[in-house]
Amino acid sequence: MFRIISFILSFLFISVGTAYADPKKVGFIYIGPPGDHGWTYQHDQGRKHMMSQLGGAVESTYMENIPENADAVRAIRKLASSGHDLIFTTSFNYMDQTLEVAKEFPNVKFEHATGYMRADNVSTYGGRFYEGRVIEGHLAGWLTKTNTVGYIASFPIPEVIRGINAFYLAASKVNPKIKIKIIWAFTWYDPGKEADAANTLINQGADIIVQHTDTFAPCQAAEKAGVLSFGQASDQSHFCPNAHLTAIVDDWGPYYAKRAQDLVDGNWSSTDTWGGMNTGMVAMAPYNNKLIPAPIIQEVVNMEIALKDGSMHAFEGPIYNQAGELVVPEGQVADDGMLLGMNFYVQGIDGDIPQ
Amino acid sequence: MNIELIIGIINIVLIATTPLVFAAIGELVTEKTGVLNLGVEGMMLVGAVTAFVTLVITGSYFLSFLMSILSGLLMSGLFAFLVLILMSNQVATGLALTIFGIGLSSMIGKEYIGTPINGLNPYFFIVLSFLIVFGVSYFFYKTKAGLIFRAVGESHSSAHALGYNVIKIRLLGILFGGAMCALAGSYMSICYAPMWQENMTAGRGWIALALVVFATWKPNRILIGAYIFGGVSIMQMNLQAFGFSIPGQFFNMAPYLVTMIVLVTISSNKLRIKLSAPASLTKPFFKGS
Repeated sequence: MFRIISFILSFLFISVGTAYADPKKVGFIYIGPPGDHGWTYQHDQGRKHMMSQLGGAVESTYMENIPENADAVRAIRKLASSGHDLIFTTSFNYMDQTLEVAKEFPNVKFEHATGYMRADNVSTYGGRFYEGRVIEGHLAGWLTKTNTVGYIASFPIPEVIRGINAFYLAASKVNPKIKIKIIWAFTWYDPGKEADAANTLINQGADIIVQHTDTFAPCQAAEKAGVLSFGQASDQSHFCPNAHLTAIVDDWGPYYAKRAQDLVDGNWSSTDTWGGMNTGMVAMAPYNNKLIPAPIIQEVVNMEIALKDGSMHAFEGPIYNQAGELVVPEGQVADDGMLLGMNFYVQGIDGDIPQ
Repeated sequence: MNIELIIGIINIVLIATTPLVFAAIGELVTEKTGVLNLGVEGMMLVGAVTAFVTLVITGSYFLSFLMSILSGLLMSGLFAFLVLILMSNQVATGLALTIFGIGLSSMIGKEYIGTPINGLNPYFFIVLSFLIVFGVSYFFYKTKAGLIFRAVGESHSSAHALGYNVIKIRLLGILFGGAMCALAGSYMSICYAPMWQENMTAGRGWIALALVVFATWKPNRILIGAYIFGGVSIMQMNLQAFGFSIPGQFFNMAPYLVTMIVLVTISSNKLRIKLSAPASLTKPFFKGS
């Protein structure tokens, strides 16, 4: 019921850009509020970047707090029927709703974040955030004193599992003794529960907290307990300056600007973009030089370069699964198909993925 | 298993359970006087955002809790006016209060999301939550005033016939509930997870409502119910972190499952629930009826 209300409320926060001679209209559907300092915040920063790049050539509108259910259909349809030419739907579970509305409005272009279903007027785009997990794993491998890292996961979907595996592979490369303790919180968003999970992991000896949930509660809990942590989706260092090592930052701005430019130029077509560090879609927040020794910062900066130019990959063989079976042979890297459907832990991680 | 680990787990359970205790004991007092207020979640959120915003502006913890409790009194006062004076339906009004609270707290807090604050040590509030529960229990079963409160909840007509002011007593019950829910909310945004995020109570208000039934309207049992719920939530996290392989969905439902099993067990005797629930719960009081 509060979903309905938040849906109605979201109409109150529609923002409209400046008028221009026949500007194109670009709409955004947000899962949370732009002030969440995480996922939605970064999408809104991207929208602002697009506006500044294209000047008066586009107008933009956003609707916030749209739940991932039938309400999303109404919200997307509302944008489509009010003259928007391009609509970004910025959460995985808007997939069916985006396709449904796209069928009704063949002349409107749609872009669905992190999805895999496309149509003539529906593109998909997402970031290779696991590349950032490589950096985090490398840092954790060097910096843990207890050889125990706590990982707060949200839901057992390939995106999250990929992050855990990429993190562990990189961490165990520099520190073979490292253990990773995983708590599945089964929520993206519950500050209390996220803090409980962080405190539980710290209590069990973790001295570095990694999270794949949306609030900065784990980072705060780490700060309070005097252990280290990574921010999520956006630079969160001002919430936990003495714990925050770095964060994977989602930078959507250049992509949004490019797609809007394509639209204005009449060059828009349905595409699938999975951008890594080389596209700038995935970036690292500034490394905390109070907590990370300079030589290690140099190492991860070099790793960033290697990840960008392709001389390094997050999933380089040989990689074994928990059963000891070779899944990626030596000299090869995991292909995108395996990455997109990843549903196993690599060797060395204890426990099972909840099914 | 060493002793520090166990103390650490107990510590986390105490911190996580306290907001449930505050909200549930407040709602219990309201229901004891015969009023069902489903606005717990909304009042918690308004209490949480009020405390947070006050702290950011004034920097005073005392003021932030004071203002938060005031906000709870205002929200519940509004509810009391609607259900006691205008005789609106309690269930519908309570739901509306929750929806209103969610929207209002989001609006007030919009500019404050992500403002960093220094969290307050929770231990004072943990002790306070126990004291309040024992105090409420003492009040209901050892004082005359408590007996009158219970009488109003059981049979408002009889209480009225004896000359007690039913409306006034129910107002007090509702206001106490509002203050406690706001306290639960402010504990969340100041001590538990020191931040403001929209909907940050994440359904704890509804759990508090269930705990009142779980406790069969007996104050001390609120503690048992809340700590079973909180304890199981934290234990399943610990089991996960120890690497036990339990089916995934089980992790998520364990606290609810255990609460439900206990609920079914204690309510297997229909008569007992019937005898425990305040007989006039949700019934509007018309003077002269």
